[in-house]
Amino acid sequence: MTINELQLALPEIFVLSMACVVLLADLFISDERRGLTHLLAVLTLVFATILTLRVMLPPGEVLYAFSGTFIRDRFGDVLKVFSYIILAGVFVYAKHYLRQFNLFKGEFYTLSLFALLGIMVMISAGNMITIYLGLELLALSTYALVALDRDSRFGSEAAMKYFILGSLASGLLLYGMSLIYGATGSLDLATISAALGDGMGDSMLLTFGLVFVVIGIAFKLGAVPFHMWVPDVYHGAPLAITLFISSVPKLAGLALAIRLLDNGLIGLHGDWQGMLVVLAALSLVLGNVIAIAQTNIKRMLAYSTISHMGFMLMGILAGTPEGYAAAMFYAIAYAITSAGAFAVVIMMSIDGREADQIDDYKGLARRNPWQAFLMLMMLFSLAGIPVFIGFFAKWQVIAAALQAGFVGLSVLAVLAAVAGAFYYLRIVKLMYFDEPDQEAPVSAPVDFRAVLTINGVAVLALGVFSGGLISLCVSAFV
Amino acid sequence: MSEWPLLSLLVWLPIAAAVGLAVLGPRQPGLVRPMALITTLVTFVLSLLLWSGFDAGTAAMQFEERLVWIAAFDIHYHLGIDGLSLPLILLTTLIGVLIVIGGWQISDRPHLYLAAFLLLQGLMTGMFAALDALLFYVFFEAMLVPMFLIIGIWGGPNRIYATIKFFLFTFFGSVFMLIALIWLYLQGGSFAILDLHQQAIDLNAQIWIFLAFLIAFAVKIPMWPVHTWLPDAHVEAPTGGSVVLAAVMLKIGGYGLVRFSLPIVPDAAAALDWLVIGLSLVAIAYIGFVALAQSDMKKLIAYSSISHMGFVTLGLFLAFAIVRNTGEVTGAGLGISGAMVQMISHGFISGAMFLAVGVLYDRVHSREISSYGGVANTMPWFAMFAVLFFMANAGLPGTSGFVGEFMVILAAFHANFWFAFVAATTLLLGAAYSLWLVKRVFYGEVGNSAVAALKDLTGREWTLMVTLAVLVLGVGIWPFPLLHMMEASVQNLVEHIVLTKVE
Repeated sequence: MTINELQLALPEIFVLSMACVVLLADLFISDERRGLTHLLAVLTLVFATILTLRVMLPPGEVLYAFSGTFIRDRFGDVLKVFSYIILAGVFVYAKHYLRQFNLFKGEFYTLSLFALLGIMVMISAGNMITIYLGLELLALSTYALVALDRDSRFGSEAAMKYFILGSLASGLLLYGMSLIYGATGSLDLATISAALGDGMGDSMLLTFGLVFVVIGIAFKLGAVPFHMWVPDVYHGAPLAITLFISSVPKLAGLALAIRLLDNGLIGLHGDWQGMLVVLAALSLVLGNVIAIAQTNIKRMLAYSTISHMGFMLMGILAGTPEGYAAAMFYAIAYAITSAGAFAVVIMMSIDGREADQIDDYKGLARRNPWQAFLMLMMLFSLAGIPVFIGFFAKWQVIAAALQAGFVGLSVLAVLAAVAGAFYYLRIVKLMYFDEPDQEAPVSAPVDFRAVLTINGVAVLALGVFSGGLISLCVSAFV
Repeated sequence: MSEWPLLSLLVWLPIAAAVGLAVLGPRQPGLVRPMALITTLVTFVLSLLLWSGFDAGTAAMQFEERLVWIAAFDIHYHLGIDGLSLPLILLTTLIGVLIVIGGWQISDRPHLYLAAFLLLQGLMTGMFAALDALLFYVFFEAMLVPMFLIIGIWGGPNRIYATIKFFLFTFFGSVFMLIALIWLYLQGGSFAILDLHQQAIDLNAQIWIFLAFLIAFAVKIPMWPVHTWLPDAHVEAPTGGSVVLAAVMLKIGGYGLVRFSLPIVPDAAAALDWLVIGLSLVAIAYIGFVALAQSDMKKLIAYSSISHMGFVTLGLFLAFAIVRNTGEVTGAGLGISGAMVQMISHGFISGAMFLAVGVLYDRVHSREISSYGGVANTMPWFAMFAVLFFMANAGLPGTSGFVGEFMVILAAFHANFWFAFVAATTLLLGAAYSLWLVKRVFYGEVGNSAVAALKDLTGREWTLMVTLAVLVLGVGIWPFPLLHMMEASVQNLVEHIVLTKVE
C-alpha cells in the first residue's frame, strides 16, 4: 500500500471519516440545533465532490489500487459525483419531511453516509469481495433506514421484509460468486475476465454461477420476477427513505451490473444477455401494467421504478459501450427525476399524514402552480415525452437494444411506455383538470423549494441540452 | 435580412413569450392579451419576411441553420424550409394570430391559456422547419403536452376522456416512428432527413418502415380507422383548441407523409399505395355519410375534416398509379400539389367553421344543431360569412375548397376512373351535410327565444371572419402564389420518388 493508492481512495476515506464524525458530533448537538448535523452531512458531500473531481481521469484511463480490488476510472468518477449531488438534494428534501414527522435525528445522516460509502465502494470495485462489501454496507444501512420510524408498524414490516429478502439475494449472489471462483480460481474481476477469455473453467459451473449472480443483480435492481420487495418497501418506508431508495442506489445497481457482467463476465455475454432480455421484458410489462391499478402514489412509483429498471436493462444487455453509456444515462436521468417526483410527494405531506393517495394531488395546479408545473415536468419525463431528460434516456436504450438486434423487445418497450403514460397522465389530470378540495397553498421551506426548482429545471435543461451529459456518459466507456 | 436566423426566431419567439406570459401573467393580468397578440403579430410578420425572401425557383432547402446538438450521435439542430414546409409555416403563424384574437374572452387563467397556444405554435413551426429526424420527433411529440393541457383544462364536460384519448392515440402512433428512425440511423449513421432521403434500403425493410411511419401519421391526419380520437377531441376542446387542431395539427400528418414516407421509403410507398388509397376512399365516402348523421355541429365539422383529409392522403399516393399508367413523371405532381393545396385550404376553412361555431357557442352555449334555427334573421352578417365557409367546405368553385379537391379528382382520373368516381362523391356528400347544416341552423323561422336574442358580430369577430373569408376566396380565385411556392419542391419530390432505393 502506497500513499498514491490511498490518494486514489481519498473520497471513500473522507466519507468514512465524516460518517463517523457526524455520528459522534450528533451526540453533542441538541434537538433544536439538529440543523448543524444536516449542514455537516451536506458539507461532506460538497467536499467529497471536490475530492473526486480533483483527480478526474481522462477517458479511457483506469488506475488500480490495493492489488486491483479498487478501481478508479471515469465511469466510477461520474457516477460518484452524481451520487453526491443527488444525495445532497435528498438530504434537503428529507430534512423537511423528518422535521414534520418527528424523525429529525442524526442517525438518518450517519446511515445515509454509510450507505453512500457502500455505493462508492461498489462503484469502484475491482474484486468480487469489494463488490460484496459495498453491497452489504449499502443494504444494511438501508434496512435500518427503512425502520427509522420504529413505532410505525408498516415501517418495521417493510424493513423486516426487505431484510429477509435482501439477505436471501445477497446469499444467492455470494453463492454465484463462489461458483465462479471455483471455475476460474480468482475473485479478481480482471483475472476472471482474462480466464474466461482463455476458455478456462467448467462451463456448467460458470453457467450456474452466472445465474445466481444475475439473480442477485436483478434483486438489487428490482427487476421482475425479483421485484416483490419493491412496492412493499416503497410503501412501508417513511417517505424520506423511499425517496432515498428510489434515487441514489439505482446508480449503485447500475455499477453492480456493469462491474460484474462487463468487467468480469463479459466472456459469458451470450448467456447473460438472454437472461437480461427476459428480465427486461417482464419488468417493462408487469411494472407498467400493475402501476395502472395503483391508487397509492408510493406503490405507483414503485411499479414505475420496476418498469424503468427494465428500460435500463435494455441498455446493459446490449453489452456494447454504447449500450452501457445509454444505461448510465438512464440511471442518472431516472435518479434525478424520481428524486424530484418524491420531493413533491413530501411537500404535500403535511399535518402528520403522508400524501400517498393520488387523490391528494387534486387541483394542485390551483394551490401551488409552480410546484405542480415542476411535477408535471417530472411526470412527462418519466413517461418519456420529449423534450425532457426521460425521453433522451429512453431513445438511447432503445437504440442500444435495436443495435443488438432486439427489435421485438424494442417494440415491447415502446408499447409499455405508452401504457405507462396513462398513469403518469392520471396524476397530471388530477393536478390540472380537477378542482382542489381546499384552496390554501401547501408551504415548504425556502431551501426545499429552491432545490425542487433546480431539480425540475434540470429535468428540462438536461433534456434540451442533453448533448453534454450524453458525451460524458459515452466518454466513460471509451 | 438573410443573415438573421429567421426560422429560429419563428420557433423560439413564441416559446419565450409563452414562458414570459406564464411567469408574469398573474402579476400583470392586463398585459397578458396584448402581449400575446403582439407576439403572434410579430411572428406572422417574420413569416411574411420568410416568404418574401423565399426563392420559389429551387427545391433546395433555404434559410438553413445548423448547430451541433448531440455530438455523440451526430444530431444537429438543423432547420430549413422548402416549398412544402413554407406554406404550412405561414398557415401556422396566421392561425396563431387568429387564435389569440379568438381567445380574447377566456376568463379562466387566460395567461396560461395563451401561453399554451404560443408554446404550441413554436413547437409546430419547429416541426415544420426541422431537417433532423430526431429534432422533428422531439417537436412532434412535445406538442402533445400543451394540447393535452388545453383540452383538459379549458375543454367541455367530457374533456378528460377526450384529452387522454387524444394523447394516448398520438403517443401510440408515434413511438413506432421513433423505432423506425433509430433503425434508419443505425443503418445509415445519420439522422439528417436529407441523408435519409438518399439512404438505400431493401424492400422488406422499407415496408416495415413505411408501416411504422404510416401508423404515426395516420393517427395524426387522422385516417380511417384510427380517427376516433378526433371527434372527441374536437367536440371537447375550447374553440381555439379546435381551430388549431383542425387547421394545423392535422396537417402534420400530411406533412409527415411528404417529408418522410414518400421520399425515404418510395418503393414501399409504391408497393402499398393501394392500402393508403383504399383507406382514403373509405374516409372520403364512409365518413362523409357519418358526417351527415351528426346532430352536434362540432362533431359534424370533425367528421367533415376526416373526410377532407382523405383527399390529402389520396392525392399524395396517386402519383405512383399515374406513373404506372402513363409512364410519365410530368403529370404525377398534380395529385401532390392538390393535396398540399387541400391542406392549406382545409386549414382556412375548418378553422373558420370552428370559429363560426365558437361565435354561436359563446352566445347560446350549445353545439346542438337543434338548438338553433333562423340565425340569419338575427345575425345577418354572421350568417353571410358562415354560409360562405360552409359553401367552401362543400367545394364551391371560387373558394379554396374547390381548388384542392378539383386537382385531386383530376389526378385520380389519370390513375383510375373508379378512384375518381368515389372521390367525387364527396362533392355530393360534402354539399349535403354542409348545406343541410346551413339550412337547419341559419335559415327558416327563428327557432327559439335564445336565437331571437342573438346579437350580430362584435368587432373582434369581424376581424376573424373577414380575414378568413379573404383567404378562402383569395386562394379560390387566384391559387397561383400558393402553387408557385411549392411547384419546384413538388416536382423534385415526384422525380425522387419514382427512383428505386433498393440496391
